[in-house]
Parts: sequence; C-alpha cells; structure tokens
Amino acid sequence: MALTREQIAMRVAKEFKDGDYVNLGIGIPTLAANYVPEGIDVMLQSENGLLGMGRYPTEAEVDADMINAGKETVTAITGASIFSSAESFAMIRGGHVDFTVLGAFEVDANGNIASWMIPGKLVKGMGGAMDLVAGAKNIIVTMTHADKHGNSKLLADCTLPLTGVNCITRIITDLAVLEVRDGAFHLTERAPGVSIEEIQAKTAGPLVVPDSVPEMVL
Amino acid sequence: MSGFNKVVDTYEQAMAGLEDGMTVIAGGFGLCGIPEGLIAQIKTMGTRDLTVVSNNCGVDGFGLGLLLEDKQIRKMVSSYVGENALFEQQLLNGELEVELTPQGTLAEKMRAGGAGIPAFYTATGYGTPVGDGKEVREFNGRPYILEEAITGDFAIVKAWKADTYGNCIYRHTAQNFNPMAATAGKITVVEVEEIVAPGEIPPSEIHTPGIYVNRVIKGSFEKRIERKVTAN
Repeated sequence: MALTREQIAMRVAKEFKDGDYVNLGIGIPTLAANYVPEGIDVMLQSENGLLGMGRYPTEAEVDADMINAGKETVTAITGASIFSSAESFAMIRGGHVDFTVLGAFEVDANGNIASWMIPGKLVKGMGGAMDLVAGAKNIIVTMTHADKHGNSKLLADCTLPLTGVNCITRIITDLAVLEVRDGAFHLTERAPGVSIEEIQAKTAGPLVVPDSVPEMVL
Repeated sequence: MSGFNKVVDTYEQAMAGLEDGMTVIAGGFGLCGIPEGLIAQIKTMGTRDLTVVSNNCGVDGFGLGLLLEDKQIRKMVSSYVGENALFEQQLLNGELEVELTPQGTLAEKMRAGGAGIPAFYTATGYGTPVGDGKEVREFNGRPYILEEAITGDFAIVKAWKADTYGNCIYRHTAQNFNPMAATAGKITVVEVEEIVAPGEIPPSEIHTPGIYVNRVIKGSFEKRIERKVTAN
C-alpha cells in the first residue's frame, strides 16, 4: 500500500538525529514534527527568523507578532532565539542548518529539484526554497512518487524550471526511499506491501535496484 | 542634543519627499511587522510608479495590497506574492512587474545595500531562472552567481519601540526584514508602538542603532493576523 501523508511524515522523522537543527517546508514536511522519535531532540528553524519553533498557541497565547514561515501563529520553545531574515538565511546559506525537508514537483537523477514554478500557471514565488536547497547539509524531498495522472516525478532530467541543481541526495515518497547519486536513483526501502515492479513502473529516471530491498519500518 | 531627535508628529512629515518613480524598501513578513500607517500615508499621497521591495505584497485591502488599489506600484521585488487577487490581476494585465527574488538573497541584497557592498556571490539560484544572465564564478569548485545590492529612496520600517534618537528594538518575529530595510534607505522612516527616552532601551539590546534612522513616528496598529492557527 502506498503511504499516507502522515506515514511519509513518520518515515521522515526517523531520519532525525538528536541535536539536529531542522527546517521543515510547508505540507508533509511540517507533519514530521509530530513524529519525532522518543529520546530525540530536534530544534525547528523557521526562516522568517525563529530557531526553536514550538506548537501552535492556545487562544490566549495568540500573538500577531509571533508567526512561522507559513504565516501561521506559533509559539517559541524555552531556549528559542529570534532574529532578522538576514541572520536566518546566514544560518541556512552558511550550512548551519543540519536538515531541510521540502516538497517538490520533480526531482531528477542528477539531484536537481523543481518545486516552485509551472510555466503557464501563475507563479507566486520561490520564498526561501532556493536558499534552503543551496545551503542545507542534508536535504530530504518528500512527495508522491507519481502525480495524480500516474506520471512519474522521478525523472532523468527535470522538465520544469529548477529550484536548485545537484543538491538532492534523498527522497521519501509514498512508495519508497531512494538515494540520488552517480546519475541514478538507488532504491533503499519500499513501502510495506509495495512491489519493486510498481516502483520501477513509476520511476521514469534511471533506477538501481539492489538484490534486497527491505520494507520501511514506520 | 536636539540634532539627534528623530521624532516627527505627523504622517505627512514622516513621508515628506516621497515622489513618483521612487524605490521604497518595506520591512515585514506577510502582515507581520509591517509599517501600517506609513503604507496608508503612501496611499493617501497617491504617489505612483513606485518600485516596492518587500518580501510580500500584503493581502487584498491590507498592508502593501492597499497600494495596488490605485495602481501605485509599478514593480515589486519579492520572494512570494501569492496572497492577493488584485496583484494577480494586475500582473496578468501587464500593469505590474514582479522580480521574484529568493528570500535569503532579498535579505542579503538589503543588508549589502545598507552596508555599502554593491554585490555579492551566492549559490542560491545558480542553474535556475533566477541565475539567468547573471555572472557566474567558481569558488572552491562550486559555482556562484553575482547578485547586486538594493538601496531605496525610502525605507519604511515597523519597530516595537524606538527612543527619540531612533534606536530601535523589534518584538518577536515582527523583526524579520525590518533591520535590513532600516539600513538600506536614503531616508529611513520607522513607525513604532512606543517612543521612549534615550537610555530606556539598554544599549546592548538595541537591534537597529539610530544612525540608520531619519524619522520616527508613533503609530497605532491593527496587527491583522494572516493565518490564525491554534492548538486544540
């Protein structure tokens, strides 16, 4: 069975190490914060200028001056820091953020990512995505393996305008976990009950399948 | 030391000198930390053909979105502009130009502009449409693109408190782009919730030193929330 959004988020959260500073994009990546394993502390960076983002506020705690990068009201954890956008992106572009998780329209076998612009549709902007993919040490892309028409999102070459080049090393989809290296996708795990054949059928770019591909543990 | 008193009493004084065709750098992230009264004053003045540099362009009917109503903005330099229908309409009509700029690059362009650095190299945007036509140079085997700094004829900034010398402090995430905007205006105007006497903000807690600030005005703020989300 293909994973649900929550299950993809659960698998993402297993990548976190104790002490990681993590930036989570909007959507499935944000859900990963709900599944951080017991005994692991991560600190969430929100690129509008908050390190140590906490939960959503109670009605009494709502403060218009306290928002996250998705412009939602939030709280700060004890030990958080707040700073300017330049400082925030110094952390990101300077490689100080350990982990970035973000969504994408397409990823290709050279680690290129397209996530912000579909020609012919209104372009709203890249926000901080280009900075994040250029700066983070470790980037995980979360997305469905194929679009709703069944077209693969894992390509030999991205067709859409890029967000960043040669920067994606790991992808977690509803079907599989893959590493990107040496111009190919390398299958490392498959979703429970999903066949290698289905993954092969839905991966348009070069795919390397090892002899044994374990099922994900969620 | 009245020469250091930056306080003005009216919005007319605060925005005096703003003319058609000028570039205005505005602080704020979404609707958080925006100089509401200064934006309203620009609307009142009816100044046109403005280039506005700001991470976003407000929403319909609030923030910088107000300046779209009478088509006062010719060009926006922003990282994300998806929040208002009027913006979309004017963009599609060709009445409005937009230069989409990665968020970190935008912050750094303002910071560099204020610091007298004309341009800088960054990996952000290399190999993407943002890098098209820009100089590329390799450092330690990695390609970077050259991005130019931004300065404004005016910078409009929202701070929590300022003293009469223009020393400012921001509150929570309403800081965002405001400190960089403050450095990058030929005339920097700060709208604050409270004006205090020099010395009331401890010197080491000041975010923006008064040297960057030309005018301070006390405003009153609606502080509209764009996405109110609460815990259950």
